[in-house]
Amino acid sequence: MDSFLKAEGLWFSYINEIEEPPVKTEVLKGIDLDIKKGEFVAVLGHNGSGKSTLAKCFNAINLPEKGKAYVDGIDTSDESRLLDIRQKVGMVFQNPDNQIVATIVEEDCAFALENMGVEPAEIRRRVDEALKTVGMYDYREHAVHKLSGGQKQRVAIAGIIAMRPECILLDEPTAMLDPSGRREVMKTIKMLNRELGVTIVLITHYMEEAAQADRVVVIDSGEIMLDGEPKSIFTQVKTLRNLGLDVPQVTELCYELRQAGVDIPQDIITEEECAQALYKLLA
Amino acid sequence: MIKDITIGQYFPGKSPIHRMDPRVKIILTAVFIVMLFLSKSIWGLLVGAAFTLVTFFISRIPFKLMIKSLKPILPIIIFTGLLNLFFIKTGEEYFHWKIFRITDEGVNTAVFMAVRIICLIIGSSLLTYTTSPIDLTDAIERLLSPLKKIKVPVHELAMMMTIALRFIPTLIEETDKIMSAQKARGADMETGSLMKRAKALIPILVPLFVSSFRRAEELALAMECRCYHGGEGRTRMKQLHMSAVDGIAFVFTAFFLAGVIALNIIL
Repeated sequence: MDSFLKAEGLWFSYINEIEEPPVKTEVLKGIDLDIKKGEFVAVLGHNGSGKSTLAKCFNAINLPEKGKAYVDGIDTSDESRLLDIRQKVGMVFQNPDNQIVATIVEEDCAFALENMGVEPAEIRRRVDEALKTVGMYDYREHAVHKLSGGQKQRVAIAGIIAMRPECILLDEPTAMLDPSGRREVMKTIKMLNRELGVTIVLITHYMEEAAQADRVVVIDSGEIMLDGEPKSIFTQVKTLRNLGLDVPQVTELCYELRQAGVDIPQDIITEEECAQALYKLLA
Repeated sequence: MIKDITIGQYFPGKSPIHRMDPRVKIILTAVFIVMLFLSKSIWGLLVGAAFTLVTFFISRIPFKLMIKSLKPILPIIIFTGLLNLFFIKTGEEYFHWKIFRITDEGVNTAVFMAVRIICLIIGSSLLTYTTSPIDLTDAIERLLSPLKKIKVPVHELAMMMTIALRFIPTLIEETDKIMSAQKARGADMETGSLMKRAKALIPILVPLFVSSFRRAEELALAMECRCYHGGEGRTRMKQLHMSAVDGIAFVFTAFFLAGVIALNIIL
């Protein structure tokens, strides 16, 4: 498969100019990452590990200090291709309230397309299509502030997929939602990846969400610590704990059971697998 | 409950006035105001009043709602009425007591001014009652777009208005939350003198401002991510179209305007 997002020795730091002398905080320290077209990658890391900063490097919000970031072969520091990059890589943020621009659902969904200068009839078609994709078509004429958190976040996602991006970066999209909103959003994300082949980079705090990805990347203090399939990552319970991260509850359960001497497979990360293993054990 | 307040005073409906192109509505409201000020005689004003009443009935806005919008203007109407009544001293005298003198011209002018102000308020409220704030902003942007040539930031102003409208409910909700949080910490906002209550607002306004700045920053970022780069090369999903209703409205208004002008010439 082709590489879609690529980071080569990426360094990034924030400079606080209010302090005297200016304080420089290095956030990313030489990241090498290669994300393939159509992949579903979860990025894990505790607060301040640099995961959001990394995501912003991939749509030219942050420009690397050293090293390069490429989107579909385009160097993100190439200013003349800025709008191309932003159109190829959409970004969804944590707080749905702060990323919705218009008061009406369908008008917000049309915002990106209006910016891109798409023909009105084509905007209409793509907006309807995007809203149907996320299951918000029936709400198209509703006021945004009357929707639930999960619905708002799905509207935000629709606003992004209306651009027809090849990749969507999601920066903790479920952090402010209740459990049912979280399920709605995760379902939508997985559907986009499986059915439409959109490359997904999901930054998250929830291990259960990361377990649903094809690949998990763990970042700590600006460096990639672990990178691999969920099964191979989450079985390293000790390493993850040292990085200040949890493992999915079921993995922890199996880990504790193994520690207690119960014979149960180590690579369990979903509830389904866990139930099967326990069933077999008890049968 | 604080969430349910309406933004602006839009009253949704399907009347012909609601269906009109917002641009036409703004222009015709301006024409209507000119019409009211052109009329010199009571007859001319009656034509203007008739126009107001007819549009009011077509719009099917509840009578109560209109009375509500007139209430705040009542003191002004009474004030101008009294001024005209007592300070116009020409014409035939009706009544004289010490320095007060009421003449027929005074009465006429007082009534004339009162009717004019009432018509003015009803007519312009009709515009905001029948047009959603979004449509209004849109129409203003398009009507003012020729000003772009002389470097007036029309698009930016319209975008600011849209965002302000979008964030009113969000900020109201937030104010509600902060108020509850401060009350839970023992803040007293309902009792005490005016000064005391004004001071009690500070712990609400400060967090509200801080969070608004944070929101603004995030929104700016999200807008950039969605390819926002100013008004240049921007298209709109919803195009404004003039329809038969607008044509009829134009003819209708022109007819009344002509009536007012004709009466001015004849009388």
